[in-house]
Amino acid sequence: MSSREQMLSDVRQALGRKAGQPPAAQPKARIAIPSLPVEERIRLFQERLEVLGGKVRRAATYADAAGVVGELLQGATAVASNAPALRHAGVTAIPNVTSGYSDEPSLRAACASAPFGITGADYGLAETGSIVTIAANEARLISLLPPVHIALLSKARMLTGLDEFYTLHPRPATQSASTVFITGPSRSADIEMILVRGVHGPRVIHVIVIEEELI
Amino acid sequence: MPLIQIQQDEQIRSTVADSKIQRAVYSATARLKEKRSEVVSAEALPEYQELRTQANLIKKHTLENLDYYLEQFEQNLTANGGKLIWARDGKEVADFILNLAKERGVKMLVKSKSMTTEEIHLNEHLEHHGIDPVETDLGEYIIQLAHDRPYHIVAPAVHMTRLDVADVLEKNLKVQREEEPEKQAMIARHTLREKFLAAGIGISGGNFLVADSGAVTIIENEGNARLTTTAPRIHISVVGIEKMIPRAQDLAVFLKLLGRSGTGQLLTVYTSFLSGPRRAGDADGPDEFYVILMDNGRSRLLADEEKRQSLYCIRCGACLNACPVYRKIGGHNYPGAYSGPIGAIITPQYHGIKENPWLPFASSLCGACAEVCPVKIDIPKILLELRKEVVESRASDGDSFTERKAFQMYAWMMRRPKLYALAGKMASTFAGLPGVTSFGPAAKWARTREVPLPAAKSFRDQWRDRKKGAQ
Repeated sequence: MSSREQMLSDVRQALGRKAGQPPAAQPKARIAIPSLPVEERIRLFQERLEVLGGKVRRAATYADAAGVVGELLQGATAVASNAPALRHAGVTAIPNVTSGYSDEPSLRAACASAPFGITGADYGLAETGSIVTIAANEARLISLLPPVHIALLSKARMLTGLDEFYTLHPRPATQSASTVFITGPSRSADIEMILVRGVHGPRVIHVIVIEEELI
Repeated sequence: MPLIQIQQDEQIRSTVADSKIQRAVYSATARLKEKRSEVVSAEALPEYQELRTQANLIKKHTLENLDYYLEQFEQNLTANGGKLIWARDGKEVADFILNLAKERGVKMLVKSKSMTTEEIHLNEHLEHHGIDPVETDLGEYIIQLAHDRPYHIVAPAVHMTRLDVADVLEKNLKVQREEEPEKQAMIARHTLREKFLAAGIGISGGNFLVADSGAVTIIENEGNARLTTTAPRIHISVVGIEKMIPRAQDLAVFLKLLGRSGTGQLLTVYTSFLSGPRRAGDADGPDEFYVILMDNGRSRLLADEEKRQSLYCIRCGACLNACPVYRKIGGHNYPGAYSGPIGAIITPQYHGIKENPWLPFASSLCGACAEVCPVKIDIPKILLELRKEVVESRASDGDSFTERKAFQMYAWMMRRPKLYALAGKMASTFAGLPGVTSFGPAAKWARTREVPLPAAKSFRDQWRDRKKGAQ
């Protein structure tokens, strides 16, 4: 008997179930979305993220957001993801910002040396101060290898929290191979419970919240 | 042989006497306890109890129908382009990884923190066959360099001071000695960054397997799990069958509980939901994505409806921080990978009660563990069940012969008042003498207890005298 057959048979025998037997009725999923006006959501998001050492900036338009990015970079090199919002904002046109990587080796090489990584954010989660990336055009290494991560988030995408996200995306795997919630800069307290930032991921995260809605 | 032999007796004494370890573990667990209390309080999270109840219900339901969800998970993971490997035990896990590494010519692999691979001593197996597994969680990395083992489910190096860490890094990496945690972490970041980019395989654990999505959910704070699951071309998650949950939507419940209970965080820094290899158009992510579903004694626990709840555990570590025994004897005196109250119930069940019969007895049954458990596992009740099993299995072996005889004699004497009075008198005369409790079974009993001295005058004598006085 294969390991698969053996394991399934052990489990069924222990539970007194038969192959192909349907499951008992599932407990209903618990989803509770609080109602919170958008300005409140942004205020809460900022409060929660800043407690963790993250930074929040506001911008009226995508073009203004690109201006904020330029200020943060001060001419340093950066890798930007292939999110359409970054191109639309003009972030990819900032000098020393490279983008459009589609092959892994060159993306990896660029991320390993760049001091800044710039991505979009598909959502913000106010209750936890998190950003969510679900889109396939958000390369994972960009928010991971460079020491500073900058993310652009449209105000309209600010959700209350996990429950609202899972209502909009009950099956995230149907959209992409990887959905990531990022809640503040990389951290560790493994040595004497002393907080250290930037252990493997970025030590700084800036989220620029933009009034303009991208259509 | 006595009923319960605590093999680690000497080792426990030395831990209790070690003021450095006592201070480190006490203050770390106190801090984690406090942080947890703040974020689960009624003001901070009014729905906390409701979330616990829901988490308990979901785990109960999933395990009761586990075969269905295992197959559903397999179907969805396969549809996503991933591959499911079924492993009955640790050897099958190691064999699969070794064969794959050999086939692809991989000599070095990176690992993110996984209690499941600790449980099966995966690193030793790999090293034995010439493969170099590199732990990448900061605490785990230090532990690996020190040839030590994790002290705590969520804080593996909690027993070490920064000076210990300085020694370990200096000696093993031949770097300049640094005593500041910040600088020590940067040494690790620098060294491990090269490993991430060079490793052929990344191995992770998994906090949840999501059946309706064929996805593995991993939570962490450092980013090492994201790197492990992203940079190498091949990814393997090693996960116990009990980590299954039915729907992605159920994560709305579990994620709120796990970070809060473990480290007092609303969410950990990174929550990754990974459902297979990179897809067309993805710029990065692994080309091959494997999930190894491991049994290793778990299905055996399913048969008993009461003890089945041991498998609800989401490895937050809150019961360790709450446990007066763990906080005193520390993590290394528990056999196996899992320490504290949860270790005391799952280790003897995974490996059989005969291996570690003393474990269920290493508890005062104060109930602090059950009170903080986010999925409401009734740990004290399971400890009692396991004690019962140990006693039943030993009674027939004649181990409790002395105890049985003692109680038979006591019962016989209780029915003879004159003899009982005489025995009482003798006890109060002799028990006070030095040395009476230094021999035989009495000595073992007295070693960890205050022996109460019988009163100079028995109750019966006092009663008689009072009656006389009243007349």
